[in-house]
Amino acid sequence: MAIATEPRTSAPELVLELQNVHTYYGRIRALQGVSLEVRKGEIVTLIGANGAGKTTILKTISGLLHAREGQVRFQGADITQRAAHDLVKLGIGHAPEGRRIFSRLTVYENLQMGAFTRTRAEAQEDVERMYSLFPRLRERSRQQGGSLSGGEQQMLAVARALMSRPSVLLLDEPSLGLAPILIQEVFSIIQEINTRGTTVLLVEQNALQALNIAQRGYVLQTGRVIKADTADRLAADPDVRRAYLGEI
Amino acid sequence: MTDFAAQQPGLDPLAMPPPGAIVEDIRQARRRAGVRFALAFALTWIVLVGGMALAIASTGRVHPDFIAEHLPFFLGGIPLTIFVSVASIIFATGFALIGALGRISRNPVIYGIASLYVSLVRGTPLVVQIFFIYSALPQFGIVLPAIVAGVFALSFNYGAYMTEIFRAGIQAVPRGQLEAASALGMTERHTMRRIVLPQAVRIVIPAIGNEFIAMIKDSALVSFVALQELFWRTRTVGAANFASFETLLFAAIVYWVLTIFFSLFQERLEKRMAQSDRRP
Ligand SMILES: Nc1ncnc2c1ncn2[C@@H]1O[C@H](COP(=O)(O)OP(=O)(O)OP(=O)(O)O)[C@@H](O)[C@H]1O
Ligand SMILES: [Mg+2]
Repeated sequence: MAIATEPRTSAPELVLELQNVHTYYGRIRALQGVSLEVRKGEIVTLIGANGAGKTTILKTISGLLHAREGQVRFQGADITQRAAHDLVKLGIGHAPEGRRIFSRLTVYENLQMGAFTRTRAEAQEDVERMYSLFPRLRERSRQQGGSLSGGEQQMLAVARALMSRPSVLLLDEPSLGLAPILIQEVFSIIQEINTRGTTVLLVEQNALQALNIAQRGYVLQTGRVIKADTADRLAADPDVRRAYLGEI
Repeated sequence: MTDFAAQQPGLDPLAMPPPGAIVEDIRQARRRAGVRFALAFALTWIVLVGGMALAIASTGRVHPDFIAEHLPFFLGGIPLTIFVSVASIIFATGFALIGALGRISRNPVIYGIASLYVSLVRGTPLVVQIFFIYSALPQFGIVLPAIVAGVFALSFNYGAYMTEIFRAGIQAVPRGQLEAASALGMTERHTMRRIVLPQAVRIVIPAIGNEFIAMIKDSALVSFVALQELFWRTRTVGAANFASFETLLFAAIVYWVLTIFFSLFQERLEKRMAQSDRRP
Protein backbone atom coordinates (compact mmCIF):
# COMPACT_ATOMS: atom_id res chain seq x y z
CA MET A 1 0.00 0.00 0.00
CA ALA A 2 2.87 2.33 0.69
CA ILE A 3 4.35 2.00 -2.78
CA ALA A 4 3.42 5.45 -3.93
CA THR A 5 4.52 7.26 -0.79
CA GLU A 6 7.91 5.60 -0.61
CA PRO A 7 10.51 8.28 -1.29
CA ARG A 8 12.48 7.61 -4.43
CA THR A 9 15.64 9.44 -5.28
CA SER A 10 14.21 10.63 -8.58
CA ALA A 11 10.97 11.95 -7.04
CA PRO A 12 10.39 15.70 -7.09
CA GLU A 13 10.96 17.56 -3.85
CA LEU A 14 8.52 17.23 -0.99
CA VAL A 15 6.32 20.29 -0.63
CA LEU A 16 3.89 19.25 2.05
CA GLU A 17 4.29 16.58 4.65
CA LEU A 18 1.97 15.57 7.47
CA GLN A 19 3.39 13.25 10.08
CA ASN A 20 1.03 11.53 12.49
CA VAL A 21 -1.23 14.59 12.77
CA HIS A 22 -3.94 14.72 15.41
CA THR A 23 -6.36 17.63 15.26
CA TYR A 24 -9.18 18.32 17.69
CA TYR A 25 -12.30 20.46 17.81
CA GLY A 26 -12.36 21.06 21.53
CA ARG A 27 -12.57 17.51 22.83
CA ILE A 28 -13.66 15.97 19.56
CA ARG A 29 -10.76 14.28 17.82
CA ALA A 30 -11.24 14.81 14.09
CA LEU A 31 -7.84 13.58 12.87
CA GLN A 32 -6.29 10.53 14.49
CA GLY A 33 -2.76 10.32 13.22
CA VAL A 34 -2.83 11.36 9.59
CA SER A 35 0.36 11.09 7.56
CA LEU A 36 0.56 12.17 3.96
CA GLU A 37 2.80 13.96 1.54
CA VAL A 38 2.53 16.10 -1.54
CA ARG A 39 5.35 16.57 -4.00
CA LYS A 40 6.10 19.48 -6.23
CA GLY A 41 3.91 19.68 -9.31
CA GLU A 42 1.48 16.98 -8.23
CA ILE A 43 -2.27 16.92 -8.00
CA VAL A 44 -3.09 14.86 -4.94
CA THR A 45 -6.66 14.14 -3.95
CA LEU A 46 -8.24 13.31 -0.62
CA ILE A 47 -11.38 11.25 -0.80
CA GLY A 48 -13.62 9.95 1.92
CA ALA A 49 -17.16 10.02 3.22
CA ASN A 50 -18.77 13.02 4.91
CA GLY A 51 -17.13 13.73 8.21
CA ALA A 52 -14.01 11.70 7.37
CA GLY A 53 -11.79 14.70 8.12
CA LYS A 54 -10.92 16.06 4.69
CA THR A 55 -11.75 19.67 5.50
CA THR A 56 -9.97 19.34 8.81
CA ILE A 57 -6.78 18.24 7.06
CA LEU A 58 -6.82 21.28 4.77
CA LYS A 59 -7.46 23.62 7.68
CA THR A 60 -4.68 22.05 9.67
CA ILE A 61 -2.31 22.66 6.76
CA SER A 62 -3.37 26.26 6.13
CA GLY A 63 -3.21 27.19 9.81
CA LEU A 64 -6.91 27.73 10.41
CA LEU A 65 -6.57 24.85 12.84
CA HIS A 66 -3.47 23.55 14.58
CA ALA A 67 -2.46 19.96 15.15
CA ARG A 68 -2.31 19.00 18.80
CA GLU A 69 0.06 16.18 18.04
CA GLY A 70 2.29 15.40 15.08
CA GLN A 71 3.89 17.72 12.56
CA VAL A 72 3.00 19.65 9.44
CA ARG A 73 6.00 20.48 7.26
CA PHE A 74 6.05 22.82 4.30
CA GLN A 75 9.14 22.81 2.07
CA GLY A 76 11.01 21.17 4.87
CA ALA A 77 10.08 23.70 7.59
CA ASP A 78 7.87 22.88 10.54
CA ILE A 79 4.72 24.99 10.20
CA THR A 80 2.53 23.14 12.69
CA GLN A 81 1.93 26.16 14.90
CA ARG A 82 2.24 28.95 12.34
CA ALA A 83 -0.67 31.38 11.94
CA ALA A 84 -2.76 31.28 8.78
CA HIS A 85 -1.74 34.76 7.66
CA ASP A 86 1.95 33.80 7.77
CA LEU A 87 1.38 30.68 5.73
CA VAL A 88 -0.23 32.60 2.89
CA LYS A 89 2.97 34.59 2.56
CA LEU A 90 4.97 31.37 2.50
CA GLY A 91 2.92 30.14 -0.45
CA ILE A 92 -0.02 28.11 0.83
CA GLY A 93 -3.33 29.07 -0.77
CA HIS A 94 -6.61 27.73 0.59
CA ALA A 95 -10.02 27.97 -1.08
CA PRO A 96 -12.17 26.91 1.86
CA GLU A 97 -15.26 24.73 1.73
CA GLY A 98 -18.45 26.51 0.75
CA ARG A 99 -16.99 29.28 -1.43
CA ARG A 100 -17.25 32.00 1.17
CA ILE A 101 -16.79 34.79 -1.26
CA PHE A 102 -17.24 38.30 0.09
CA SER A 103 -20.83 38.70 -1.00
CA ARG A 104 -21.10 42.48 -0.92
CA LEU A 105 -17.74 43.23 -2.41
CA THR A 106 -17.49 43.26 -6.17
CA VAL A 107 -15.82 40.45 -8.08
CA TYR A 108 -12.86 42.73 -8.66
CA GLU A 109 -12.61 43.59 -4.97
CA ASN A 110 -12.82 39.92 -4.03
CA LEU A 111 -9.83 39.22 -6.25
CA GLN A 112 -7.94 42.18 -4.80
CA MET A 113 -8.46 40.79 -1.30
CA GLY A 114 -6.90 37.54 -2.45
CA ALA A 115 -3.72 39.43 -3.27
CA PHE A 116 -3.76 41.02 0.13
CA THR A 117 -0.22 39.91 0.95
CA ARG A 118 1.23 41.33 -2.25
CA THR A 119 1.81 44.74 -3.79
CA ARG A 120 -0.86 46.63 -5.71
CA ALA A 121 0.99 46.36 -9.01
CA GLU A 122 1.44 42.61 -8.66
CA ALA A 123 -2.22 42.30 -7.74
CA GLN A 124 -3.31 44.25 -10.80
CA GLU A 125 -1.26 42.01 -13.03
CA ASP A 126 -2.76 38.90 -11.47
CA VAL A 127 -6.33 40.16 -11.73
CA GLU A 128 -5.71 40.20 -15.47
CA ARG A 129 -4.28 36.69 -15.31
CA MET A 130 -7.41 35.50 -13.49
CA TYR A 131 -9.68 37.18 -16.01
CA SER A 132 -7.98 35.30 -18.80
CA LEU A 133 -8.26 32.06 -16.87
CA PHE A 134 -11.92 32.74 -15.95
CA PRO A 135 -13.36 34.99 -18.70
CA ARG A 136 -16.74 34.94 -17.00
CA LEU A 137 -15.30 36.82 -14.06
CA ARG A 138 -14.11 39.63 -16.30
CA GLU A 139 -17.66 40.15 -17.58
CA ARG A 140 -18.89 40.32 -14.02
CA SER A 141 -16.03 42.28 -12.49
CA ARG A 142 -18.20 45.13 -11.21
CA GLN A 143 -20.98 42.91 -9.98
CA GLN A 144 -21.29 42.12 -6.30
CA GLY A 145 -19.97 38.68 -5.43
CA GLY A 146 -23.25 37.62 -3.85
CA SER A 147 -25.12 38.13 -7.10
CA LEU A 148 -23.05 35.56 -9.00
CA SER A 149 -24.41 32.11 -9.74
CA GLY A 150 -23.13 29.20 -7.68
CA GLY A 151 -20.67 28.13 -10.34
CA GLU A 152 -19.37 31.63 -10.82
CA GLN A 153 -18.92 32.00 -7.07
CA GLN A 154 -16.92 28.79 -7.04
CA MET A 155 -14.68 30.10 -9.80
CA LEU A 156 -14.27 33.35 -7.92
CA ALA A 157 -13.29 31.45 -4.77
CA VAL A 158 -10.65 29.50 -6.69
CA ALA A 159 -9.39 32.62 -8.48
CA ARG A 160 -9.24 34.51 -5.20
CA ALA A 161 -7.11 31.81 -3.63
CA LEU A 162 -4.80 31.89 -6.66
CA MET A 163 -4.27 35.64 -6.26
CA SER A 164 -1.70 35.05 -3.54
CA ARG A 165 0.35 33.08 -6.09
CA PRO A 166 0.49 30.00 -3.91
CA SER A 167 2.98 27.29 -4.64
CA VAL A 168 0.45 24.86 -3.14
CA LEU A 169 -3.27 25.32 -3.58
CA LEU A 170 -5.67 23.60 -1.19
CA LEU A 171 -9.08 23.16 -2.78
CA ASP A 172 -12.01 22.05 -0.65
CA GLU A 173 -14.79 20.60 -2.79
CA PRO A 174 -14.56 23.08 -5.63
CA SER A 175 -17.31 21.27 -7.55
CA LEU A 176 -19.82 21.27 -4.69
CA GLY A 177 -23.31 22.10 -5.89
CA LEU A 178 -22.37 22.62 -9.50
CA ALA A 179 -24.08 21.27 -12.59
CA PRO A 180 -22.16 18.46 -14.36
CA ILE A 181 -21.07 20.71 -17.20
CA LEU A 182 -19.62 23.24 -14.75
CA ILE A 183 -17.93 20.48 -12.79
CA GLN A 184 -16.10 19.54 -15.98
CA GLU A 185 -15.06 23.14 -16.39
CA VAL A 186 -13.79 23.45 -12.84
CA PHE A 187 -11.79 20.26 -13.18
CA SER A 188 -10.18 21.34 -16.40
CA ILE A 189 -9.29 24.68 -14.82
CA ILE A 190 -7.65 22.84 -11.93
CA GLN A 191 -5.59 20.91 -14.45
CA GLU A 192 -4.71 24.13 -16.21
CA ILE A 193 -3.61 25.72 -12.94
CA ASN A 194 -1.51 22.67 -12.23
CA THR A 195 0.21 22.68 -15.61
CA ARG A 196 1.06 26.32 -15.01
CA GLY A 197 3.10 25.19 -12.02
CA THR A 198 0.86 25.11 -8.95
CA THR A 199 0.84 22.02 -6.79
CA VAL A 200 -2.71 21.05 -5.87
CA LEU A 201 -4.19 19.21 -2.90
CA LEU A 202 -7.78 18.53 -3.86
CA VAL A 203 -10.66 17.45 -1.64
CA GLU A 204 -13.59 16.07 -3.62
CA GLN A 205 -16.86 14.21 -3.31
CA ASN A 206 -16.67 13.47 -7.04
CA ALA A 207 -14.04 10.87 -6.34
CA LEU A 208 -13.89 9.44 -9.84
CA GLN A 209 -13.30 12.78 -11.51
CA ALA A 210 -10.81 13.80 -8.85
CA LEU A 211 -8.85 10.57 -9.37
CA ASN A 212 -9.04 11.22 -13.06
CA ILE A 213 -6.96 14.37 -12.88
CA ALA A 214 -4.85 13.45 -9.84
CA GLN A 215 -1.58 11.52 -9.82
CA ARG A 216 -2.07 10.14 -6.33
CA GLY A 217 -4.82 9.91 -3.76
CA TYR A 218 -5.50 9.20 -0.12
CA VAL A 219 -8.66 7.57 1.16
CA LEU A 220 -9.79 8.74 4.57
CA GLN A 221 -12.11 7.21 7.07
CA THR A 222 -12.99 8.68 10.48
CA GLY A 223 -9.84 10.73 10.75
CA ARG A 224 -7.40 8.14 9.43
CA VAL A 225 -5.78 7.38 6.10
CA ILE A 226 -6.94 3.90 5.12
CA LYS A 227 -5.47 3.78 1.62
CA ALA A 228 -2.75 5.64 -0.21
CA ASP A 229 -1.92 4.88 -3.80
CA THR A 230 -1.63 6.20 -7.32
CA ALA A 231 -4.85 7.62 -8.67
CA ASP A 232 -5.14 4.90 -11.34
CA ARG A 233 -4.83 2.11 -8.83
CA LEU A 234 -7.29 3.74 -6.43
CA ALA A 235 -9.81 4.23 -9.22
CA ALA A 236 -9.49 0.54 -10.04
CA ASP A 237 -9.58 -0.63 -6.43
CA PRO A 238 -12.79 -2.61 -5.80
CA ASP A 239 -13.11 -1.34 -2.21
CA VAL A 240 -12.81 2.26 -3.32
CA ARG A 241 -15.22 1.75 -6.17
CA ARG A 242 -17.75 0.22 -3.83
CA ALA A 243 -17.45 2.85 -1.12
CA TYR A 244 -16.88 6.05 -3.04
CA LEU A 245 -17.80 5.58 -6.62
CA GLY A 246 -21.25 4.22 -5.94
CA GLU A 247 -20.66 0.73 -7.33
CA ILE A 248 -22.10 -2.40 -5.81
CA MET B 1 -56.08 10.57 -26.43
CA THR B 2 -55.85 12.30 -29.79
CA ASP B 3 -59.60 12.81 -29.86
CA PHE B 4 -59.58 14.38 -26.47
CA ALA B 5 -56.78 16.73 -27.42
CA ALA B 6 -58.60 17.71 -30.58
CA GLN B 7 -61.71 18.66 -28.60
CA GLN B 8 -59.74 20.78 -26.22
CA PRO B 9 -58.12 23.57 -28.15
CA GLY B 10 -56.03 24.52 -25.13
CA LEU B 11 -54.47 21.09 -25.02
CA ASP B 12 -53.68 20.77 -28.69
CA PRO B 13 -49.93 21.19 -28.80
CA LEU B 14 -50.15 22.79 -32.23
CA ALA B 15 -52.75 25.32 -31.11
CA MET B 16 -50.83 26.24 -27.99
CA PRO B 17 -48.87 29.48 -28.08
CA PRO B 18 -45.13 29.01 -27.61
CA PRO B 19 -43.99 29.28 -23.97
CA GLY B 20 -42.28 32.61 -24.62
CA ALA B 21 -45.60 34.13 -25.66
CA ILE B 22 -47.28 32.94 -22.46
CA VAL B 23 -44.56 34.54 -20.37
CA GLU B 24 -45.02 37.75 -22.35
CA ASP B 25 -48.79 37.61 -21.77
CA ILE B 26 -48.34 37.22 -18.03
CA ARG B 27 -45.86 40.05 -18.00
CA GLN B 28 -48.30 42.34 -19.82
CA ALA B 29 -51.18 41.43 -17.55
CA ARG B 30 -49.02 42.25 -14.56
CA ARG B 31 -48.00 45.55 -16.08
CA ARG B 32 -51.65 46.48 -16.71
CA ALA B 33 -52.57 45.59 -13.13
CA GLY B 34 -49.66 47.73 -11.95
CA VAL B 35 -50.83 50.72 -13.97
CA ARG B 36 -54.40 50.37 -12.66
CA PHE B 37 -53.11 50.26 -9.11
CA ALA B 38 -50.96 53.36 -9.60
CA LEU B 39 -53.87 55.30 -11.10
CA ALA B 40 -56.24 54.40 -8.27
CA PHE B 41 -53.56 55.30 -5.77
CA ALA B 42 -52.95 58.72 -7.33
CA LEU B 43 -56.68 59.41 -7.48
CA THR B 44 -57.09 58.54 -3.80
CA TRP B 45 -54.38 60.97 -2.85
CA ILE B 46 -55.75 63.73 -5.04
CA VAL B 47 -59.21 63.34 -3.49
CA LEU B 48 -57.93 63.20 0.09
CA VAL B 49 -55.38 65.98 -0.17
CA GLY B 50 -57.72 68.13 -2.24
CA GLY B 51 -60.48 67.57 0.31
CA MET B 52 -58.22 68.63 3.14
CA ALA B 53 -57.12 71.72 1.23
CA LEU B 54 -60.73 72.65 0.52
CA ALA B 55 -61.75 72.11 4.13
CA ILE B 56 -58.93 74.33 5.33
CA ALA B 57 -59.68 77.02 2.72
CA SER B 58 -63.39 76.99 3.59
CA THR B 59 -62.64 78.15 7.14
CA GLY B 60 -61.79 81.51 5.60
CA ARG B 61 -58.97 82.00 8.09
CA VAL B 62 -56.08 81.29 5.75
CA HIS B 63 -54.43 84.26 4.12
CA PRO B 64 -52.46 83.07 1.13
CA ASP B 65 -51.10 86.55 0.45
CA PHE B 66 -49.56 86.58 3.90
CA ILE B 67 -47.61 83.42 3.11
CA ALA B 68 -46.76 84.74 -0.34
CA GLU B 69 -45.37 87.91 1.19
CA HIS B 70 -42.99 85.98 3.46
CA LEU B 71 -42.32 83.17 1.04
CA PRO B 72 -38.73 84.14 0.16
CA PHE B 73 -37.87 84.46 3.85
CA PHE B 74 -39.38 81.07 4.69
CA LEU B 75 -37.85 79.24 1.77
CA GLY B 76 -34.53 80.88 2.60
CA GLY B 77 -34.45 78.60 5.65
CA ILE B 78 -34.40 75.41 3.60
CA PRO B 79 -30.66 75.49 2.76
CA LEU B 80 -29.82 75.69 6.46
CA THR B 81 -32.26 72.88 7.25
CA ILE B 82 -30.60 70.68 4.67
CA PHE B 83 -27.10 71.73 5.66
CA VAL B 84 -27.75 70.90 9.31
CA SER B 85 -29.27 67.54 8.34
CA VAL B 86 -26.44 66.58 6.01
CA ALA B 87 -23.69 67.66 8.41
CA SER B 88 -25.39 65.89 11.29
CA ILE B 89 -25.87 62.61 9.43
CA ILE B 90 -22.21 62.64 8.43
CA PHE B 91 -20.98 63.14 11.98
CA ALA B 92 -23.61 60.73 13.28
CA THR B 93 -22.18 58.08 10.95
CA GLY B 94 -18.77 58.70 12.51
CA PHE B 95 -20.15 58.38 16.05
CA ALA B 96 -22.08 55.26 15.05
CA LEU B 97 -19.02 53.60 13.53
CA ILE B 98 -16.96 54.17 16.67
CA GLY B 99 -19.93 53.19 18.84
CA ALA B 100 -20.50 49.97 16.92
CA LEU B 101 -16.83 48.95 17.12
CA GLY B 102 -17.12 49.55 20.86
CA ARG B 103 -20.27 47.49 21.11
CA ILE B 104 -18.64 44.48 19.48
CA SER B 105 -15.40 44.88 21.43
CA ARG B 106 -14.31 42.08 23.71
CA ASN B 107 -12.62 44.64 25.93
CA PRO B 108 -15.07 45.25 28.82
CA VAL B 109 -14.02 48.87 29.32
CA ILE B 110 -14.50 49.79 25.66
CA TYR B 111 -17.73 47.83 25.54
CA GLY B 112 -18.87 49.59 28.71
CA ILE B 113 -18.16 53.07 27.36
CA ALA B 114 -19.98 52.35 24.10
CA SER B 115 -22.96 50.85 25.90
CA LEU B 116 -23.19 53.79 28.28
CA TYR B 117 -23.20 56.17 25.32
CA VAL B 118 -26.06 54.32 23.67
CA SER B 119 -28.04 53.94 26.86
CA LEU B 120 -27.62 57.53 28.01
CA VAL B 121 -28.45 59.12 24.69
CA ARG B 122 -31.37 56.86 23.89
CA GLY B 123 -32.73 57.22 27.40
CA THR B 124 -33.07 61.01 27.35
CA PRO B 125 -35.12 63.31 25.11
CA LEU B 126 -33.34 64.85 22.17
CA VAL B 127 -34.71 68.29 22.99
CA VAL B 128 -33.21 68.05 26.49
CA GLN B 129 -29.86 67.11 25.00
CA ILE B 130 -29.98 70.10 22.67
CA PHE B 131 -30.76 72.53 25.48
CA PHE B 132 -28.14 70.89 27.64
CA ILE B 133 -25.41 71.45 25.11
CA TYR B 134 -26.49 74.98 24.22
CA SER B 135 -27.73 76.36 27.54
CA ALA B 136 -26.23 74.27 30.34
CA LEU B 137 -22.65 73.92 29.14
CA PRO B 138 -22.06 77.73 29.21
CA GLN B 139 -22.27 77.50 33.02
CA PHE B 140 -18.96 75.69 32.79
CA GLY B 141 -17.59 78.26 30.43
CA ILE B 142 -18.18 76.09 27.38
CA VAL B 143 -19.92 78.28 24.84
CA LEU B 144 -20.47 76.63 21.50
CA PRO B 145 -21.64 78.57 18.46
CA ALA B 146 -25.29 77.74 17.73
CA ILE B 147 -24.50 75.82 14.57
CA VAL B 148 -21.87 73.70 16.30
CA ALA B 149 -24.13 73.03 19.26
CA GLY B 150 -27.04 72.12 16.99
CA VAL B 151 -25.10 69.79 14.70
CA PHE B 152 -23.25 68.23 17.62
CA ALA B 153 -26.45 67.50 19.53
CA LEU B 154 -28.19 65.98 16.52
CA SER B 155 -25.25 63.87 15.42
CA PHE B 156 -24.40 62.69 18.93
CA ASN B 157 -28.02 61.64 19.39
CA TYR B 158 -28.44 59.96 16.01
CA GLY B 159 -25.04 58.35 16.38
CA ALA B 160 -26.34 56.40 19.36
CA TYR B 161 -29.33 55.05 17.47
CA MET B 162 -27.22 54.31 14.44
CA THR B 163 -24.65 52.51 16.61
CA GLU B 164 -27.10 49.67 16.92
CA ILE B 165 -27.80 49.72 13.19
CA PHE B 166 -24.08 49.54 12.44
CA ARG B 167 -23.53 46.81 14.96
CA ALA B 168 -26.25 44.74 13.30
CA GLY B 169 -24.64 45.49 9.93
CA ILE B 170 -21.25 44.29 11.11
CA GLN B 171 -22.76 41.15 12.57
CA ALA B 172 -24.66 40.55 9.33
CA VAL B 173 -21.38 39.74 7.58
CA PRO B 174 -21.34 35.92 7.66
CA ARG B 175 -18.79 34.40 10.01
CA GLY B 176 -17.57 32.06 7.28
CA GLN B 177 -16.15 35.10 5.52
CA LEU B 178 -13.91 35.78 8.49
CA GLU B 179 -12.34 32.37 8.10
CA ALA B 180 -12.01 32.94 4.36
CA ALA B 181 -10.24 36.24 5.05
CA SER B 182 -7.90 34.50 7.42
CA ALA B 183 -7.17 31.88 4.75
CA LEU B 184 -6.23 34.77 2.45
CA GLY B 185 -3.61 35.97 4.90
CA MET B 186 -5.48 38.63 6.85
CA THR B 187 -5.11 39.24 10.53
CA GLU B 188 -8.19 39.99 12.61
CA ARG B 189 -7.60 43.72 12.35
CA HIS B 190 -7.18 43.60 8.59
CA THR B 191 -10.29 41.48 8.23
CA MET B 192 -12.28 44.10 10.10
CA ARG B 193 -10.93 46.95 8.00
CA ARG B 194 -10.89 45.36 4.57
CA ILE B 195 -13.73 42.83 4.66
CA VAL B 196 -16.20 43.48 7.45
CA LEU B 197 -16.51 47.26 7.55
CA PRO B 198 -16.77 47.85 3.79
CA GLN B 199 -19.54 45.26 3.57
CA ALA B 200 -21.28 46.45 6.72
CA VAL B 201 -21.38 49.96 5.27
CA ARG B 202 -23.06 48.64 2.14
CA ILE B 203 -25.57 46.79 4.29
CA VAL B 204 -26.46 49.86 6.37
CA ILE B 205 -26.54 52.49 3.61
CA PRO B 206 -30.32 52.13 3.11
CA ALA B 207 -30.79 52.46 6.87
CA ILE B 208 -28.65 55.61 6.85
CA GLY B 209 -31.02 56.95 4.20
CA ASN B 210 -33.95 56.35 6.55
CA GLU B 211 -32.14 58.07 9.37
CA PHE B 212 -31.43 61.02 7.12
CA ILE B 213 -35.12 61.46 6.38
CA ALA B 214 -35.89 61.37 10.09
CA MET B 215 -33.05 63.83 10.61
CA ILE B 216 -34.64 66.38 8.27
CA LYS B 217 -37.66 66.47 10.54
CA ASP B 218 -35.70 66.47 13.79
CA SER B 219 -33.52 69.28 12.49
CA ALA B 220 -36.46 71.55 13.33
CA LEU B 221 -35.33 71.20 16.95
CA VAL B 222 -32.23 73.28 16.34
CA SER B 223 -34.54 76.27 15.99
CA PHE B 224 -34.35 76.21 19.80
CA VAL B 225 -30.71 77.24 19.63
CA ALA B 226 -31.76 80.15 17.43
CA LEU B 227 -30.56 78.73 14.15
CA GLN B 228 -32.67 80.44 11.52
CA GLU B 229 -33.68 77.37 9.58
CA LEU B 230 -37.12 76.65 8.13
CA PHE B 231 -38.99 76.03 11.35
CA TRP B 232 -37.45 78.98 13.20
CA ARG B 233 -38.47 81.34 10.41
CA THR B 234 -42.05 80.16 10.14
CA ARG B 235 -42.50 80.04 13.89
CA THR B 236 -41.09 83.51 14.45
CA VAL B 237 -43.10 85.17 11.72
CA GLY B 238 -46.25 83.31 12.69
CA ALA B 239 -46.02 84.27 16.35
CA ALA B 240 -45.29 87.92 15.59
CA ASN B 241 -48.24 88.26 13.24
CA PHE B 242 -50.74 86.08 15.01
CA ALA B 243 -50.69 83.79 11.98
CA SER B 244 -49.30 80.60 13.45
CA PHE B 245 -51.89 78.47 11.69
CA GLU B 246 -50.77 79.51 8.23
CA THR B 247 -47.06 79.45 8.94
CA LEU B 248 -47.07 76.11 10.76
CA LEU B 249 -49.19 74.58 8.05
CA PHE B 250 -46.74 75.91 5.50
CA ALA B 251 -43.77 74.53 7.45
CA ALA B 252 -45.44 71.12 7.72
CA ILE B 253 -46.06 71.02 3.98
CA VAL B 254 -42.46 71.94 3.17
CA TYR B 255 -41.08 69.23 5.51
CA TRP B 256 -43.47 66.76 3.97
CA VAL B 257 -42.39 67.61 0.43
CA LEU B 258 -38.73 67.40 1.43
CA THR B 259 -39.15 63.96 2.99
CA ILE B 260 -41.11 62.69 -0.01
CA PHE B 261 -38.35 63.96 -2.27
CA PHE B 262 -35.59 62.24 -0.30
CA SER B 263 -37.67 59.09 0.16
CA LEU B 264 -37.68 58.62 -3.58
CA PHE B 265 -33.89 58.61 -3.58
CA GLN B 266 -33.87 56.32 -0.61
CA GLU B 267 -36.15 53.79 -2.29
CA ARG B 268 -33.98 53.63 -5.38
CA LEU B 269 -30.90 53.20 -3.22
CA GLU B 270 -32.56 50.40 -1.30
CA LYS B 271 -33.49 48.60 -4.51
CA ARG B 272 -29.98 48.86 -5.85
CA MET B 273 -28.48 47.60 -2.62
CA ALA B 274 -30.94 44.72 -2.47
CA GLN B 275 -29.72 43.33 -5.78
CA SER B 276 -26.73 41.72 -4.17
CA ASP B 277 -28.92 39.99 -1.58
CA ARG B 278 -29.90 37.40 -4.13
CA ARG B 279 -27.29 34.94 -3.03
CA PRO B 280 -25.70 35.77 0.28
N1 LIG C 1 -16.40 23.12 14.15
C1 LIG C 1 -16.48 21.82 14.53
N2 LIG C 1 -16.75 21.51 15.81
C2 LIG C 1 -16.83 20.22 16.19
N3 LIG C 1 -16.65 19.19 15.38
C3 LIG C 1 -16.38 19.43 14.10
C4 LIG C 1 -16.29 20.76 13.61
N4 LIG C 1 -16.01 20.72 12.29
C5 LIG C 1 -15.94 19.40 11.98
N5 LIG C 1 -16.16 18.63 13.06
C6 LIG C 1 -16.12 17.16 13.10
O1 LIG C 1 -14.88 16.71 12.64
C7 LIG C 1 -15.03 15.58 11.80
C8 LIG C 1 -14.35 15.83 10.47
O2 LIG C 1 -15.01 16.92 9.82
P1 LIG C 1 -14.58 17.49 8.42
O3 LIG C 1 -15.32 18.75 8.22
O4 LIG C 1 -13.10 17.53 8.35
O5 LIG C 1 -15.14 16.37 7.45
P2 LIG C 1 -15.12 16.31 5.86
O6 LIG C 1 -14.38 15.07 5.51
O7 LIG C 1 -14.62 17.57 5.31
O8 LIG C 1 -16.65 16.11 5.55
P3 LIG C 1 -17.54 16.66 4.36
O9 LIG C 1 -17.32 15.77 3.20
O10 LIG C 1 -18.93 16.53 4.88
O11 LIG C 1 -17.15 18.08 4.12
C9 LIG C 1 -16.52 15.35 11.69
O12 LIG C 1 -16.85 14.28 12.55
C10 LIG C 1 -17.14 16.60 12.14
O13 LIG C 1 -18.36 16.34 12.79
MG1 LIG D 1 -15.49 19.03 4.21
